[in-house]
Amino acid sequence: MRFKHVTALGVGIAAASLAVAGCSSSSTSGGGSSAAPSASAYAGPVGEGEGELNVLAWPGYAEDGSTDPKVDWVTPFEKETGCQVNVKSFATSNEAYDLMRKGGYDVVSASGDASLRLVYGGYVQPVNTSLVPNYADIFSGLKDKQWNTVDGVNYGIPHGRGANLLLFNKGENKTEPTSWKDMWESNSPAKGKVSPYDDAIYIADAAVYLMATQPDLGITNPYSLDQTQFDAAIKLLDQQKPLVAEYWADYAKQANGLASGSISQGQGWQLTANVANADGDKVGATKPSEGATGWSDTWMVAKDTKNINCAYKWLDYIVSPKVNAEIAEYFGEAPANEKSCDLTSNEDHCAQFHAKEEDYWTNVYYWTTPTEQCLDGRTDVTCVPYKDWVSAWTTLRSA
Amino acid sequence: MTTTEAPAGSPAAFLYRHPRARLTGLLALPMTWLVLLYLVPIVLLFVTAFWTTDSFTGNLQRTFTLENFARVLDPSQPFLTTALRTLAVAVSVTVVSIILAVPLSLFLAKIAQPRWRPLLVALVVTPLWASYLVKVYAWRTMLNPEGGFLESTLGFSTGYGWVAVVVVLTYLWLPYMVLPVYVGMQNVPPSLLDASSDLGARSWRTFRSVLLPLVKPAIIAGSVFTFSLSLGDYITVQLVGGKAQMLGNVVYGTFATDLPFAAAIASLTVLIMIGYLAAISRTGALENL
Repeated sequence: MRFKHVTALGVGIAAASLAVAGCSSSSTSGGGSSAAPSASAYAGPVGEGEGELNVLAWPGYAEDGSTDPKVDWVTPFEKETGCQVNVKSFATSNEAYDLMRKGGYDVVSASGDASLRLVYGGYVQPVNTSLVPNYADIFSGLKDKQWNTVDGVNYGIPHGRGANLLLFNKGENKTEPTSWKDMWESNSPAKGKVSPYDDAIYIADAAVYLMATQPDLGITNPYSLDQTQFDAAIKLLDQQKPLVAEYWADYAKQANGLASGSISQGQGWQLTANVANADGDKVGATKPSEGATGWSDTWMVAKDTKNINCAYKWLDYIVSPKVNAEIAEYFGEAPANEKSCDLTSNEDHCAQFHAKEEDYWTNVYYWTTPTEQCLDGRTDVTCVPYKDWVSAWTTLRSA
Repeated sequence: MTTTEAPAGSPAAFLYRHPRARLTGLLALPMTWLVLLYLVPIVLLFVTAFWTTDSFTGNLQRTFTLENFARVLDPSQPFLTTALRTLAVAVSVTVVSIILAVPLSLFLAKIAQPRWRPLLVALVVTPLWASYLVKVYAWRTMLNPEGGFLESTLGFSTGYGWVAVVVVLTYLWLPYMVLPVYVGMQNVPPSLLDASSDLGARSWRTFRSVLLPLVKPAIIAGSVFTFSLSLGDYITVQLVGGKAQMLGNVVYGTFATDLPFAAAIASLTVLIMIGYLAAISRTGALENL
């Protein structure tokens, strides 16, 4: 191919692209942003299962024995209902959101930074809680919250909650850390061995630290940052960058690094510490004094699901006292079902994870999608919307 | 061989009488493949790069904007630097591959005993038998700065970073360089090398003035593989690059939330590749392949 031809091909493609882009510039896509969602929930009754269910879940939420043969609550569900379950796990809320958008899944365990986008994007349907008998036993502190309910309409069943903890290698940290400071400050002894979460929502972790260290900024909700507060958070993240060994998205990889000592401190899940400690007690987990980000997850049903009966059977099964207890213990979080607390194999589980203490959760900030309208109620400023969080994160990571 | 006349009315006879049908039959499948699965997606990629997304749901909004390209090309943003780094990785991998592949191919094609050649060539391509992911994860384990294989045996490891990325990518793509260069060297008639030494040239001179110009097209063919495969890679960087990012990682990190921007970044790799092909087509090497 001669040079001319290559260039001509490139120009041709570019011209064709511009033509197509220009032609459709007036049309808009479906599922607009601010349109109030309108859809009706399944009226029931929940009948015979359709024989199949496609589950999109955080790792550890829908275990079918493939990670650990002893950890399996999917198989009993399949036997009980005849619904064959296909599980797909995801690493970040963005990945979950993207997969739901593409379709093919019936139910999803969505965190607060995905759930509202799913509702407003029109990818999930309201949930008729009266068809989910176990809903009655869910902690009232988790019901009708802004991340699972819109205009009084329930869009899902609460699953459980937890905090993104400070994970640390015990060999590298002789005393248990009580602050996030070694993950943020330039003079950190953990320099070069820090592992933050690789997602835009991690900007909120910087904001949580700023709430404690720079009260002048006036941050009250780490997902509701005006431009000044946002810039301070990004500055802190820039300061953190030289400390970082790896940003993590795959919890197994992070567990591996923490266990080997190539990572000294990281932000992560109790599950990660449990996996890292599979052979020996090497990794600790703690919620530092500044507080932490966290999650409160919701099982949601895809709008165009073909397996609605199996989906409702799953919703009820997954928050049933015994199963919810198993998941909460395996993942390391507080269960959503009050009765689960009597059924955990470690009888102190609910106490350790503070399932019943609302006080503990006051400085745990559940993942939420940031919007232009400030979530903390301020009306005199606009806040930085999620799209700008993502683009700031992309810039930060590429620099 | 005697020519056998196909019976009239048979498909062969039909094709014989209709050259256009012959051509259509020949090209229908590859052209469908190329246009539908290759060119159309590239055009769609460019088109997407001119759209935008809803700030909350991240849904595509089909309104024309140059914002994405403006951001990619904005010098105050890091993406041009990322592109340069990516380019540097691709060039380094290609150069290291050439440095390793030329002497190796010379040995395989001209020095090794002919009966050992098939075995040696098979050994060169063995890395291709294992899955890409298995190999990169193996490297990740070996390179671990705390108790990894390299650290515990050599007492030293590069750790995770750019050096590791170049090492692992070179390991992965080296066979794609060795094979064409080996074939190129085999095709050089021994008489030319003999003539060169008869005229008084020593080995180095023969290598530089006779062999190398003759295998240059093969080296360039190999470089197209190593360069393009490295340019688009993002998994190796994720696993052994530490916090390093190449263009592919930016695409991977943004396609879920901001598809148009990811498309604009991806267009950059397409442009680099077109530039590379244009540059080597100027050398005339593509005609000699």
